[in-house]
Amino acid sequence: MSGGGKDRIAVFPSRMAQTLMKTRLKGAQKGHSLLKKKADALNMRFRDILKKIVENKVLMGEVMKNAAFSLAEAKFHAGDFSHTVIQNVSQAQYRVRMKKENVVGVFLPVFDAYTDGPDAYDLTGLGKGGANIARLKKNYNKAIELLVELATLQTCFITLDEAIKVTNRRVNAIEHVIIPRIENTLTYIVTELDEMEREEFFRMKKIQANKKKLKEQEAAQRAIDDAAAGNTNTTSGNSSSDAPRNIFSNEDDLPVLFN
Amino acid sequence: MWFFTGFFRGKPLFFSMATAAKGKILAVIGDEDTVVGFLLGGVGELNKARKPNYLIVDKGTSLQEIEDAFKGFCARDDIAIILINQHIAEQIRFAVDQHTSSIPAVLEIPSKEAPYDPSKDSIMNRARGLFNPEDFR
Repeated sequence: MSGGGKDRIAVFPSRMAQTLMKTRLKGAQKGHSLLKKKADALNMRFRDILKKIVENKVLMGEVMKNAAFSLAEAKFHAGDFSHTVIQNVSQAQYRVRMKKENVVGVFLPVFDAYTDGPDAYDLTGLGKGGANIARLKKNYNKAIELLVELATLQTCFITLDEAIKVTNRRVNAIEHVIIPRIENTLTYIVTELDEMEREEFFRMKKIQANKKKLKEQEAAQRAIDDAAAGNTNTTSGNSSSDAPRNIFSNEDDLPVLFN
Repeated sequence: MWFFTGFFRGKPLFFSMATAAKGKILAVIGDEDTVVGFLLGGVGELNKARKPNYLIVDKGTSLQEIEDAFKGFCARDDIAIILINQHIAEQIRFAVDQHTSSIPAVLEIPSKEAPYDPSKDSIMNRARGLFNPEDFR
């Protein structure tokens, strides 16, 4: 649990770095929850679209069957007109406009179909089978409308799929890489700070012990000196060593830490 | 004709009236009946180079031609949707699967001979990895 050997950000273990890491952790958690919400919103939309795609694809089968049947009908009544149709192609009457729809920051393309310009085939079937060809056109118009809608759903599907993948990747990266790394860094900083505190405490104790020892030595020395002085000169009781110590004369105050 | 419409990432944004007014078109790859039907529906267009936006696939059409046409339609920027018969898409499945971008959208449609089979659709295949399409029925 030291966090030392694990993956962590290279920072100097200080209080400031700890505050910084705490802020970053908070930011990462907030970002994680926001991204998760985004992924959920996208997923909801995605399922919705998928459902619609499946519905429309089934419907498309039906509509296309109707359209193909009406083509066969028209061919039966009007003869084979496919060559005149193929020859008369000029400008597309049916076009799509592109729009963008915004879903939680993801732009989904939406196709909007519209008709524009004259009908190039208004003379087809003039001789015979006109009603059938009109019905055929209507059926195919319906089919195209449905297909454009389906295309919209499909592009949305692909775009959303991509967006969901990216968002999930980000969510997982934050959850499994970034947040653990910041947590590791935090535990590392905390242990390192604790260790520093213990070291400091120990150092203080050591200094105190050293000072005490020195004082005792000094006292013992003074006792010996006093005894020696008492033997030679007992009358002079108030000697220089008995005088109160001058705190400013610090020739005895040797640095104990670095010797 | 170009019109100023605003800014995008600090750059002035223009869009041409020609593309905006005319919109995008659909492309069709299919057998004769399918293509004729859609042409009657009004999707056919010959561009300035007299290149059509459809391809009629019959017995004489080679695989290479279909693939080239498909890739050509994918590369054109005036085409928004490509409609392709499912049995033809089946023949150039590798090219269809390679096309992963959203625009143009590739739609597989049933033809007269071959009814629609959801299990062969690329999009449905992609969807199957996530959900079971049968659940939605």
